[in-house]
Amino acid sequence: MKFLTTNFLKCSVKACDTSNDNFPLQYDGSTCQLVQDESIEFNPEFLLNLMDRLDWSAILMVASDLGNTSLPQQKPVFNKDNDELSEEDMIILKDFHTLLIQTNIVEGQMKCRNCGHVYYIKNSIPNLLLPPHLA
Amino acid sequence: MASSIGSRNGTKKKYLVFMVQVHTNFRRAELESLADLYNIKDINFDKYDDNSPFFFVELDNDQQAKDWIKRSILTRAIYEYWGEGKTYDGLHESIQSQSFFPEYKKLYENDSFKFEFDTYRGNSKSNRIKQIETFSYLEFKGKIDMKNPNQIFTVIEEYKPISENIPAKEPINLIFGRLIQKGDRLAMEKYDLKKRPYKGTTSFEAELSLVSANIAQVKPGTIMYDPFAGTGSFLTAGGHYGALVIGSDIDGRMIRGKGASQNIGANFKYYEESSRFLDVLTMDFTHNSLRSNLCIDTILCDPPYGIRESIKVLGARDPERFVGKENVEIDGKKAFLHRDYIPTKKPYALDALLDDILQYSAERLPIGGRLAFWMPTANDENIETIVPLHSCLELKYNCTQEFNKWSRRLLVYINRGPGFDGPTNSGIKRSTTAFRDRYFSHFS
Repeated sequence: MKFLTTNFLKCSVKACDTSNDNFPLQYDGSTCQLVQDESIEFNPEFLLNLMDRLDWSAILMVASDLGNTSLPQQKPVFNKDNDELSEEDMIILKDFHTLLIQTNIVEGQMKCRNCGHVYYIKNSIPNLLLPPHLA
Repeated sequence: MASSIGSRNGTKKKYLVFMVQVHTNFRRAELESLADLYNIKDINFDKYDDNSPFFFVELDNDQQAKDWIKRSILTRAIYEYWGEGKTYDGLHESIQSQSFFPEYKKLYENDSFKFEFDTYRGNSKSNRIKQIETFSYLEFKGKIDMKNPNQIFTVIEEYKPISENIPAKEPINLIFGRLIQKGDRLAMEKYDLKKRPYKGTTSFEAELSLVSANIAQVKPGTIMYDPFAGTGSFLTAGGHYGALVIGSDIDGRMIRGKGASQNIGANFKYYEESSRFLDVLTMDFTHNSLRSNLCIDTILCDPPYGIRESIKVLGARDPERFVGKENVEIDGKKAFLHRDYIPTKKPYALDALLDDILQYSAERLPIGGRLAFWMPTANDENIETIVPLHSCLELKYNCTQEFNKWSRRLLVYINRGPGFDGPTNSGIKRSTTAFRDRYFSHFS
């Protein structure tokens, strides 16, 4: 599961929807096994499009769960009106590519900060199914 | 290379759209959706005919024609129209009598070029070189370049077979044009299931999955979601059009695949489109984990109809049997918190699932965003199939693909928002008999 996906996943339990703690899930840094997939090509326009959809505070929380506290506190702003991105912007986007797209959680677990239910990632695929008492 | 004309004095140019004569129930929906996607307005569909592969239209300029057709799966090509006739003599007469002829002739006279022949419902044994020579009045001075010409001029010959087995010798109609843009028929070969590394019994054929993505207007740089991803056929189609694709499926086996070289991610690697594939999630669509403020631009899917498997969602079929089970412990840890715990599932009604998809789409799609999904029906039922409706969603297309005893239809909705106040039939039992039962009894 790509790091980017952590920015989209909340707890599946419907009762948690009324809480603000159901997103992002809390990733267990000690069990999460990270692998970089460098074969995925860098596409700056694609990332630029994505920036609007990111919940930056959730990016910071999950990055910190996984041991990365070096990200900027504010979501970077890119000047989209420019046809050409500045060299500096390209460096930042390249870093995001490495973090969001190339970083893959292949094994690990995460839990809902509201209800405490634990979800597993197995063979890079998160399992978000629920037992009957939570469904 | 000569610059193209058109839009001069605000006049439009005449073009020919040459389509394939298959999936004709989907052609107009595809053409309309692509025109809308590229903001090409006022295309007049009055002359469009499901029974003909030829569609004459007027457009502002060549760029419009290129945008419109470059993604089309059901179009062979679009041509700038030069003339037509029942015979070659008639064709030549037609070309030379067109008011735009002197201008067209002048524009391309120094370009390198080649001639091509295309046919519909027949083939010619004529000497093509001799036929090309009859066009000498065009007075082209450019080089003939078979590999990389500036212009390709095409003669399209239409035949009318004498019977099913006896082809006609002479064409009944000829159209001459300058090639502007070929459709995207090559994508069908690229995504052909025969060559796909990971596929399964539920994989959806390349041609109609790509057509579905076109009608759903999947766009580059947007998010597309398939809640019943299976082996990822629609994710693949969405990736082709540059969307970031997310899939989910309650059945983890399907999305997991068979090892590292045979799974959905491996397909994206094979197509060299890995950056467009986000992830597949083992998830019950009705217990959805995608955060509710995430804007999903397009939802495209083929929901389970209980043909190969019955429809299931999370929960106990017999809740009494599961009372207190949440307290069961294994090795000092709650059973349901173990890594290899497999939750129980219960049957779910098709109508309820479709209602859920419509409701979810109304909540998650942006205004103008599209939901497209497939729905099967038995042909011999005397009852009209009731298509699910939601008050925020406009049912834009209902395209049917006929099989022998059953058919399936692509339903396409546009999210118009709460103000739309359209008809709704959610919560009402619509399907009369279970499709699965009918399917296995061979619709008898």
